[in-house]
Amino acid sequence: MKFITTLLLAALMAYAIGMYTSMPWWSFAITNLIVAIAIPQKPFISFLSGALAVGLLWASLTIIVDQANHHILATKVATILPLKGSYVLLILVTSIVGALVGGLASLTGSFLRLAKA
Amino acid sequence: MRLLPFIASAIVTVGLVAVLNTQLTVGVSKTPKLGYFLSPQHGFWKNAEKVNTNFDASIVANELKGNVDVYLDDRLVPHIYADHDEDAYFVQGYLHAKFRLWQMDFQTRVASGRLSEIAGADKLSIDRFFRRLGMVYGAEKTEASINATNPEMKATVDAYTAGVNAYIKQLDPADMPFEFKLMNYAPEKWTPAKTYLFLMFMSYDLTGRSATTDLQLTNTRDYLGYDLFDKLYTNNQDSLDPIIPKGTVYQKPSIVPVKPAKADSAYLHQNNAVAYTNVQSPEAPDKNNGSNNWAVSGTKTKSGRPILCSDPHLGLNMPSLWYEVQITTPTHSTYGASFPGSPAVIIGFNDSLAWGVTNAGRDVLDFYEIKFKDSSENEYWYNGKWNTVTKRTEVIKVKDSADVVEQIPMTHWGPAMYDAHYQNPQSKGRNLAIQWTAHNSSTGVETFYRLNRAKNYDDYIKAISLWTCPGQNFVLATKSGDIAIKQQGSFVARWEHQGDFIMPGDDSTYAWQGIIPNEENPTIKNPARGFVSSANQKSTDASYPYYLGTASSFPLYRGISVNKHLIGMSNITAEDMQALQTNNDNVFAATARPALMKYLQVDKLSTDAKRMVTEMTNWDLNNGVHSKGITVFKIVWDSVTHAVWGDELAGSPIPLTKPDDFVVLDQMLKDSNWSIADDIRTKDKVENFKDQVTLGVENATKKLLELEKENKIEWALFKETRVMHLTKTPALSRLNLPIGGGVNIINATTEMHGPSWRMVVHLTDEIEAYGLYPGGQSGNPGSAYYDTFVDSWAAGKYYRLLFLAKEKLMQHERTKWHIQFKKANA
Repeated sequence: MKFITTLLLAALMAYAIGMYTSMPWWSFAITNLIVAIAIPQKPFISFLSGALAVGLLWASLTIIVDQANHHILATKVATILPLKGSYVLLILVTSIVGALVGGLASLTGSFLRLAKA
Repeated sequence: MRLLPFIASAIVTVGLVAVLNTQLTVGVSKTPKLGYFLSPQHGFWKNAEKVNTNFDASIVANELKGNVDVYLDDRLVPHIYADHDEDAYFVQGYLHAKFRLWQMDFQTRVASGRLSEIAGADKLSIDRFFRRLGMVYGAEKTEASINATNPEMKATVDAYTAGVNAYIKQLDPADMPFEFKLMNYAPEKWTPAKTYLFLMFMSYDLTGRSATTDLQLTNTRDYLGYDLFDKLYTNNQDSLDPIIPKGTVYQKPSIVPVKPAKADSAYLHQNNAVAYTNVQSPEAPDKNNGSNNWAVSGTKTKSGRPILCSDPHLGLNMPSLWYEVQITTPTHSTYGASFPGSPAVIIGFNDSLAWGVTNAGRDVLDFYEIKFKDSSENEYWYNGKWNTVTKRTEVIKVKDSADVVEQIPMTHWGPAMYDAHYQNPQSKGRNLAIQWTAHNSSTGVETFYRLNRAKNYDDYIKAISLWTCPGQNFVLATKSGDIAIKQQGSFVARWEHQGDFIMPGDDSTYAWQGIIPNEENPTIKNPARGFVSSANQKSTDASYPYYLGTASSFPLYRGISVNKHLIGMSNITAEDMQALQTNNDNVFAATARPALMKYLQVDKLSTDAKRMVTEMTNWDLNNGVHSKGITVFKIVWDSVTHAVWGDELAGSPIPLTKPDDFVVLDQMLKDSNWSIADDIRTKDKVENFKDQVTLGVENATKKLLELEKENKIEWALFKETRVMHLTKTPALSRLNLPIGGGVNIINATTEMHGPSWRMVVHLTDEIEAYGLYPGGQSGNPGSAYYDTFVDSWAAGKYYRLLFLAKEKLMQHERTKWHIQFKKANA
């Protein structure tokens, strides 16, 4: 339950800070950190919930955009990066990048909470 | 104590964010900041536009005098209806920015030598070139002059600028164009100076080739000696079919330029041997920057009304140089192709007439060799005494590096582009001042402003009389039945060969002796033959009293082809004109192939070579997409001409000017023992055309066999026409387009160059117009409208252009969206 709550809360806050502020792209790391401090979980569980929160958020956002765009831009960017022009790979890479930063931020929060305890 | 895992985890997190927030270097290029770029709420995903985007919008702007309605049709072409002219240009600026902002930024950065600022020291040589060429200097002079003397144009450009900036101001950084994110920089405010810089760049693109060719021709002359040079680079074009028909009588010239007394020895036959240095400069503008335009009178058309055609040939880029627009205000209603970066329509039509342009190709840029007194470069020798220079300072900002400061000595000729601080392999250590008509303030914007509003021939003449640089052939057709063409610009009254090479800069007798008065520029109105045309050939035959420039600046065969077809046509329809614009007949090969065959010793050829010759002789002389014969012909011809003159140029340490095809062909037709055909490297044998043609075919066969293996022998597969993104990123470009044409062909499509806006206007009561360009109205690579027209363009198809009054357009089935611009409530 706690896992789901942190996951949803982190995802919601990551979405909101990107949507309603002009903070930099990595500001979700700070919201993840705060969520991890506020709701204590074991480090690995915290990492997982933070990673899934941002990873799934980014995956859903990009899938929605990409579908409506008929993969026009994702195919081009996946050629530049280079990911063999595969929009699936690009969505995957995008989500993993978000998940890694999000997970590590949550992990850091969880460790901080433990250090203070 | 659990501090250690926290610290470690924090360091890893911050480290990862830092890496994802940095542009990494991969090979020669830099990645975007990956975390930012991939972020769905900040990065490129924001530019992935919905395929079924609704472009309806309502915009409030303080700057407007009244309300403006814009209707977008199904091709995303805006039809602007404004009650005030300035409001129309405000909205045009806004829409240019909305759909093309990055391109506008990038093109003016190139023009003003500001690429290093965003791309780093890699681009410094290009920036230095444009700074020293005087691009910013010229644009500044235009701006100062318009601000001081031309309130109407100032208001126009100011309104346009305000429109661009109104868009930029409301732009959320997350929504800025894709390329800013890719290259990691941000849009900056538009200024009138940027509009003038953009127009300056067009002057460079269309007349700046001399900045490279004058040096190259001088070096070629130095290498060969004048007598041999004169044979290989002759100005006589036997088969010329000029813009103004042969036999036209010209009035006595008001300026008779006097050749300096010692010019033969001190200039033409001058022979310099100077040291070589090695610095890169940008590629010279394409030799094929040209165009076709023509108008046929009602006597030749089915409807009895004139038809006008224009297709400017320029570098093919995405986003396109062009953006279609209709502008309707109480003073005028105009449709056509506009430049993102400039107000008004550049090539188009209004409810009274249509106009188009081709490049005049006249030489308006010269170099003068300067002798400085000492290394301070403060004084130079002129007419027997030391003249002082002023120094123009240009500061180039360089990303991740210190500023580079250029101190350019300004002589009375113009900027000393090349000096001790700036050289390239072709400048060979000389100090060279540049004189260029583009440096004089220009009223180019006003010409288009007036053409947009012109009602008749007199208005057209008045509008174009303001045009100075780059010189153009302006074609006209009116609803009332007039057709005309005039070559207009500030053209230098030259003595023969003046300025073909670097001139002595210490002697006033080498100065320009005047600008040819507008009334004496080649003009023709309603000629008996029922059409006017131009295709960048020489505008007149030799009876015109002024020197036009070196023949290599004037392509010969496209003009012959256009005129040959037009002479033979009658009962012409708009469809016939479309077919002519996309015509692939090869008139050059029609003459060159029999000339080759006359000399070819077939019995001496290998079996493969014989097969290739059969392919070539069976060819239908049409540069079609699937044609193999043209590929064979082209490679054979290039191989033969190289065998003819390659030996003469072979020893030079720097690239020399390639002799023109017409020179070799004319000689093949009249002199089988032309001395140049001899290979000077074989001392014991004197080769002639027979030997070189046979050798050339054999050499070409080797290359052709390779092409066969790679399956690249069909013309389009061989030619690989592509429309490249301005950053040269292949993923953002359209490659390998199935299109025919080529050099010397009316459909002048080469590798990366060709008809950049095809337009056909039938001047019936309700104008019937067709057109398209190889691109799309949206500059966003993430938009479905990014490359909308490319496939139709390659296939030679046209769109019917919607040119309607507001009430009709609003209800038209092709009208899709409405953008309302409202004046802010006081």
